[in-house]
Amino acid sequence: MALTPEEVRQVGTLARLALADDEIDRLTHQINDLLAQFARLQELDTDDVPPTSHAVPVRALLREDEVTPSLPQETVLALSPHIDEVLGGFIVPQVIGE
Amino acid sequence: MDEMLTRNASEIVAGIRRREWSAREVTDAFLGRIERVDARVRAFITVTPDRARRQADAIDARIAAGEPVGPLAGVPVALKDNLSTTGVETTCASQILRGYVPPYDATVVTRLEQAGAVFLGKVNLDEFAMGSSTENSGLFPTRNPWDLSRVPGGSSGGSAAAVAADMAPLSLGSDTGGSIRQPAAFCGLVGLKPTYGLVSRYGLVAFGSSLDQIGPLARTVEDAALCLTAIAGHDRRDSTSVPRETPDFTAGLNGHIEGLRLGVPQEYFAEGTAPGVRAAVVAAIGVLRGLGAEIVELSLPCTDYALAAYYIVAPAEASSNLARYDGVRYGNRAPVGDDHIGLFEKTRELGFGPEVKQRIMIGTYALSAGYYDAYYARAQKVRTLLRQEFDRAFAQVDALVTPTVPTTAFRLGEKSDDPLAMKLSDVCTIPANMAGIPGLSICCGFDPGGLPVGLQLMGPAFSEETLLRIADAYQKATDWHLRRPTL
Repeated sequence: MALTPEEVRQVGTLARLALADDEIDRLTHQINDLLAQFARLQELDTDDVPPTSHAVPVRALLREDEVTPSLPQETVLALSPHIDEVLGGFIVPQVIGE
Repeated sequence: MDEMLTRNASEIVAGIRRREWSAREVTDAFLGRIERVDARVRAFITVTPDRARRQADAIDARIAAGEPVGPLAGVPVALKDNLSTTGVETTCASQILRGYVPPYDATVVTRLEQAGAVFLGKVNLDEFAMGSSTENSGLFPTRNPWDLSRVPGGSSGGSAAAVAADMAPLSLGSDTGGSIRQPAAFCGLVGLKPTYGLVSRYGLVAFGSSLDQIGPLARTVEDAALCLTAIAGHDRRDSTSVPRETPDFTAGLNGHIEGLRLGVPQEYFAEGTAPGVRAAVVAAIGVLRGLGAEIVELSLPCTDYALAAYYIVAPAEASSNLARYDGVRYGNRAPVGDDHIGLFEKTRELGFGPEVKQRIMIGTYALSAGYYDAYYARAQKVRTLLRQEFDRAFAQVDALVTPTVPTTAFRLGEKSDDPLAMKLSDVCTIPANMAGIPGLSICCGFDPGGLPVGLQLMGPAFSEETLLRIADAYQKATDWHLRRPTL
């Protein structure tokens, strides 16, 4: 099952990557090489095998709901130059339509 | 060469406690070494001399006042640049995080500091820890101190090169598919990937969250054990960290391995294994037998499927983890972007390098509607088969002995055009991450070209004490770890 350059471009859209044409070509080859390797996994009989999402069993761990200090707002805002100090937020291009 | 630079972490601490030398003298010796040789090796992204001297002076003040100091008092440490450090740039060797200064410390950083360690700076890696040569660094490549035309391995290539070049006696790396053990092997060091959940991942920039572990690189097993004792233990800030009492990992290093059963799985000596690697590993197995271990040959057929399953699981997790880099709240933002989607797409297009994009793309595809069962769900099932196979092996043997990497260090550029060849470098190390078990690499000799060869030990979950005891017994019986590159 090989991917076409158009399908690779579509995956790029899903991944939020504005890929250039030469990158599409490179990635199409590389992804198809890897998919060919993945095909060998179909050799294994996995019908009755449960999946492993974590190697060490992880339970849903709920801790006490304690209020602990968090980072001050100005410390977090200082991580970006694109901020509105008055409103206390990050500036982004328009999200909601005109 | 300054005699100080040849001392191990445990010797450095002992001398500081006995007041034979000060933490400041030690720190200055290593900072001087960095100044002299790092222009050729290029292990460090950021050197923090002022911070290092402040930490060293604080240790010396405590010693002078007769106050107690920690088990790593005055030991200089290099930190992989995907570990968050308050006030010190943390780049992940990516253009997207260049200039990012975290407002908090990773738990391992806090714990090392509490143990008295002195931070020399942040060291290079493949961008976001994705790679096996440190050539994928978005900043610059690092070179192998044993041969400057060769790679130090990766992704913790800076961590390995810094210790191998005597620029630090100890460093921290992270290991998702071999990123501590493979560079340790290529640079002639000890490298330990702990059991998943033994060391907190809080503040480690996430790559594959079900696979990532932080661990030490050092010249001696004793130093690795000393470091592991300091960083291991439950952390409420990492929900996957296991609540468990942390032993003193140096306590059991008594040189005795008589009666231990060591398994040698044939699949780890496949066709691509270099003759020099095979010869050194076979000789090392002979040494372990001579020390009283019983050698058992066995077969782990699922090994052949681990690499393919890993290259679905790790990119799937990476594509999800790296979705956070959108240029909005931190990191670099593309100068243009017509709308918010355009801002994300252009920021990510400019900020990520080719290998990172490739993995995001594979992961996104493997998780996308219609393909999830064929790829991701199947890979998760193969992971179960791998775990079950290891469980059966560890019912028979105490640990497994294999090569760490099928080859020794390759030349810069040799594999950069062939992603599959590069990925085969991790074929022996990936299974431990997939199963969550510990893996430890030690130097077990040199190939005919004079390059170090790594021997890997793997054991059941939380068997670090056994692996460290075997590795330490090997180092007590041999002197490969005492050899040093000339720079």
